[in-house]
Amino acid sequence: MEFYGTPLTSRLLLGTAQYPSPRVLCDAIAACETEVITVSLRRETAGGDGSEFWQLLRQTGTRILPNTAGCHTVQEAVTTAQMAREIFATDWIKLEVIGHADSLQPDIFGLVEAARILSQDGFKVFPYTTEDLVVGERLLQAGCEVLMPWGAPIGSGQGLRNPDGLRAMRAHFPQVPLIVDAGIGRPSDAAQAMELGMDAVLLNTAVAKAGDPIAMARAMSGAIKAGRQGYQAQPMPRRDMAVPSTPVLGLAELT
Amino acid sequence: MIISVNAERHEIQSTTLEQTLVELGFHSPALATAVNGSFVSRAKRGETQLNDGDRIEILAPMQGG
Repeated sequence: MEFYGTPLTSRLLLGTAQYPSPRVLCDAIAACETEVITVSLRRETAGGDGSEFWQLLRQTGTRILPNTAGCHTVQEAVTTAQMAREIFATDWIKLEVIGHADSLQPDIFGLVEAARILSQDGFKVFPYTTEDLVVGERLLQAGCEVLMPWGAPIGSGQGLRNPDGLRAMRAHFPQVPLIVDAGIGRPSDAAQAMELGMDAVLLNTAVAKAGDPIAMARAMSGAIKAGRQGYQAQPMPRRDMAVPSTPVLGLAELT
Repeated sequence: MIISVNAERHEIQSTTLEQTLVELGFHSPALATAVNGSFVSRAKRGETQLNDGDRIEILAPMQGG
């Protein structure tokens, strides 16, 4: 699997927010063997040193995917992306342009415009989008080479609300890396996404807010591997009626 | 002059963005800056003149999803 020409082995991308402690975060990163973690930018206080957290992440040896979380306009998202590129020294950006404060639904109009501006500026854009196929096409035209459809609203843990939409996306964009971003709550949700043929899963709260984040990180990693293998193994078709799995030929008459 | 830094009002003596960061005690190497909503790179801070009423944002790495 490749994102913008960068080969990756792990199909789990992990967020770094809301963990009980930095130690637990680092242990969760190690436990799930992720190669990509997401980070953000927030206001610095005078005399503060945000570089401490940054140093900690660098020690994990993972690739950094900064986000534009909380941005509601194109300008906010573009400026945040430019600031992130300088601090984190990467041209990767998880592009979020949020349309609603309560649903955190992507503003797909602003998203496409910001994706175009950032792609032209040399960014490798990972857009947080919906499962809408036309929006997906527009994002590809804007320069994106990866799409990140939502599973459910951010932080909701509801699992995949529209599996059919994700299946349609897979069929419509067979060559484009698809990452389900947001809404995953349980390992079975992650496995379902992978069984649908998604290339990877990005999650955060499901691990950070689990009773045992490190064990959940490991469970998610296992579920994603199992789901991927299941997809590759081509599951049997669903049937409406029961079909005996034990042969009926040679069945004794014992009445 | 009076400027806003991360939405807080400050009266400063400095005239450039670079001097302002020093004056206000922002010493961390992991900082990025914007003036009035536009990114100002580290290399441009010294030549970026500030004006009364400018809105400065100073951001640092943070946990994110």
